[in-house]
Amino acid sequence: MKILVLIGNVPDTTTKIKFNADKTAFDASGVQWIINPWDELALTRAMELKEANAGKVESVVVANVGRAITEGTLRKALAVGADEAIRVDADPLDAFYVASQLAAVAKDYELVLAGIEAADYNSAAIGGMLAELLDRKSISAVSGIDFDGDSLKVSREIDGGSQSLKMELPLLAIVQKGIAKEPRIPAMRGIMMARKKPLNVLAPVEAETLTAYNSFEMPAPKAACKMINEEQAGDVIRLLHEEAKVL
Amino acid sequence: MSVLVYIENWDGKLKKLSFELASYATQLAESLQLPVNAVSLGKVDESELKKLGTYGIEKVMSDSNELFKSLDNRAIAKAINAAAAKVGAAIVVIANNNLGKAVAPRLAVRMKAGLVSAVQGLPVSTAPFVVKKIVFTGKAFANIEVKSANKVLTLAPNSFKLVEKAVETLVEAFDSGLTAADFETIIESTNKVTGKILLQDAEIVVAGGRGMKAAENWNQLEELAEILGAGLACSRPVSDEGWRPHAEHVGQTGKIIAPNLYFAFGISGAIQHLGGVSSSKVIVAVNKDPEAPIFEAADYGIVGDVFKVLPQFISAAKEMKS
Amino acid sequence: MNFEFTEEQLMIQQAARDYAQRELIKDVIERDNKAEFPTEHVKNLADLGFMGIMVDPKYDGSGMDGISYVLAMEELSKVDGSASVIVSVNNSLVCFGLEEYGSEEIKEKYLKPLARGEVLGAFLLSEPEAGSDATMQRTTAEDKGDYYLVNGTKNWITNANCASTYILIAQTHPEKKHKGINAFVIEKNTPGITLGPHEDKMGMRSSDTHSVMFNDVKIPKENRIGEDGFGFKFAMKVLEGGRIGIAAQALGLASGALERATAYAKERKAFGTEIGNHQAIAFKLSDMAVKVENARNLCVKAAWLKDQGKPYGVASAMAKQYAADIAMEVTTEAVQIFGGYGYTKEYHVERLMREAKLTQIYEGTSEIQKIVISRDLLR
Repeated sequence: MKILVLIGNVPDTTTKIKFNADKTAFDASGVQWIINPWDELALTRAMELKEANAGKVESVVVANVGRAITEGTLRKALAVGADEAIRVDADPLDAFYVASQLAAVAKDYELVLAGIEAADYNSAAIGGMLAELLDRKSISAVSGIDFDGDSLKVSREIDGGSQSLKMELPLLAIVQKGIAKEPRIPAMRGIMMARKKPLNVLAPVEAETLTAYNSFEMPAPKAACKMINEEQAGDVIRLLHEEAKVL
Repeated sequence: MSVLVYIENWDGKLKKLSFELASYATQLAESLQLPVNAVSLGKVDESELKKLGTYGIEKVMSDSNELFKSLDNRAIAKAINAAAAKVGAAIVVIANNNLGKAVAPRLAVRMKAGLVSAVQGLPVSTAPFVVKKIVFTGKAFANIEVKSANKVLTLAPNSFKLVEKAVETLVEAFDSGLTAADFETIIESTNKVTGKILLQDAEIVVAGGRGMKAAENWNQLEELAEILGAGLACSRPVSDEGWRPHAEHVGQTGKIIAPNLYFAFGISGAIQHLGGVSSSKVIVAVNKDPEAPIFEAADYGIVGDVFKVLPQFISAAKEMKS
Repeated sequence: MNFEFTEEQLMIQQAARDYAQRELIKDVIERDNKAEFPTEHVKNLADLGFMGIMVDPKYDGSGMDGISYVLAMEELSKVDGSASVIVSVNNSLVCFGLEEYGSEEIKEKYLKPLARGEVLGAFLLSEPEAGSDATMQRTTAEDKGDYYLVNGTKNWITNANCASTYILIAQTHPEKKHKGINAFVIEKNTPGITLGPHEDKMGMRSSDTHSVMFNDVKIPKENRIGEDGFGFKFAMKVLEGGRIGIAAQALGLASGALERATAYAKERKAFGTEIGNHQAIAFKLSDMAVKVENARNLCVKAAWLKDQGKPYGVASAMAKQYAADIAMEVTTEAVQIFGGYGYTKEYHVERLMREAKLTQIYEGTSEIQKIVISRDLLR
């Protein structure tokens, strides 16, 4: 089988966020792009599954929706070990549009991994939408996944604890932190090999957008921090009670 | 047209979150001059559901099928969709928690609805329908227009004011039409966190960072959390070191929270951490480094040793509570 | 003309940055305090391909270019000069020397495990009485017909204890002066080799520096590199390349200090505003940034010339002298910007400053580089 991992292209997590003059679009000038951190963990887990189940998992394929600028991110995924990359050549207009594009790609894969959220628009939507478009089972907040014969052992976080599940393929797993220890740093050999691996560019399919980003705003600046002496630390509790009224 | 709110239950019980959702749905419906209904899936006592009347919910459709317990994402999305169809709901409101995040996108596709997750408060405008949400992990807000006739919103916690509106709640049996074959999530074991305040429910959060030095020092944070009825959280290095479980990691790649009060002990406040907590109403920071960026985000700060400050907090909190 | 790095070069830079900022940083202060060798990190860096960056893949190297090497060295050095000098010696002195001038047998036997990073290499040139003046080798390698017999002492040898493979420079024909010098590849566990104590250094404290004593050490004939008498030329050629590594290291120490000082100047307040808003600090940062940018350009230019197969000896001397000198200046200014905090170990900049000092001294002092540059000018 082949595992498909959905890869988002997002600004580096230390990026200072700026918008254009009329605040209608993100200003991407000078931004360093990275693999969305949750997707990177999904990719890491997919690589581990492939390595531990050489007979079963024949390859790991990564896919995204984006213009040519996102190829650096895909190439990095190839450098850490993905076998093949797919780029749907379109602007990722909204979650429904992106999921519709990915549905055309993902239908042939029995196991699809997606990160639970994206570090840019934080929509937490693509994985679930894709599952519904494919009419597949999905498990969200997945913190562990492994093969168990022809089935899968999946652990997920629920509100109030965690669960171990037994799931049959096909499945869409929406993963969160804990799924893999740390993302891998590509070895030079991997970087060299990435150049020779296939990166297929597909034309987008017809799809609608249901939402639009009208404008952006920055959070209001915070008032200065009230400093309290270490010896009078207890005063903070009093202030929280009397002044801030949060206790 | 109407507004529908999905009311989740935890072993048959509702939580503060449920009432927050109910109040939000009621206020949203008022602003649009639409009726509001709720749907509940799984076995919940009528008396429990009737509590939603405090926040203006006049009718709850209750499908008491026990199989919903498995939290099968597709089945729940189907059932909410059936409820929405029944009452002609154009807007569905869902919690922005683990289950809500799992179900909302599926439901949105099923209803052909535009989805906005982690919405901050009531709409900025209703025509066009524009809501505000956090983007770039807390570094900015976006105003998002939902263009489709149907809409699914998940609500960010603590982002609006609860308003009481007492009504009589009618609980109506509802059959979402699902069969056993619709439930395909097989649970082998469940590990419930008991006796603790869950991070996502907590109005007060006590968090520790690398400055706590070692896992065993968490007993002091636990003690403070216990007194204040707070949830526990940690920064990324702490969960990476294995001092605390990943579920407690707040920040860019962990959880994004917005409690009323957030305590940061020995957390320097890297930009990735601040992204996950900056929407907290009040932040208290204790750090030995006066230059730590956490003080930029904090409302109250102490430059000093966490191990000298914690005992003072604990005794002051005990005193206040007694 | 093109000042853009390739996608691959940027990926290598990012990989080095990720490893440095995520892993090397963790215990770097403690390693420096204890003068503890970064064993685990060296193993990890080897797995990532950093021990044979420029070696042809057919000899198990990573097959990258000199520019990638400069970018990787800069990123590692921003965090840990000790780790980066281990990388530099293995790459640009030992692997480069063997790949460029070693016999096929030497490459098979010695270069491959070095390029894989399974073993480390050391380069034994300096002597108690011959540091900068490499023509005055007192260590002798007597031609005994079917082997060479080595006696003498080598000083300030980086990787001396952790390395398994040595490249040794020694005098075979004293009467021929520097034309009688030979270079050998030799295994550290050869009988007759002993190590002096670990040098307690000012900086680069967790790199492993010793003197190495040779007492009637036999080296097989086939371990000589190149023709009889090639040793001096060999050493000079290898040092030309080595200078790029140390120049990039000095660049990294400087740019690491600049990054830290800039971040600090945006945070730290004095007289009611961030110190970066005071012109005294802002202009300091500006001066530092210009120096760092110049150093980077010199380093990349030297590496580019090497990658193009053009002469790069003068360019690498310029890069090394300039980068080392500005590293000292920039790290010192960084400590000044940090004030009292900068003088404590916790903020890294004092360590970068101690490490920078060595870049002006080893692999050819700044004065030696000036000799190289001026001789070329006045030729």
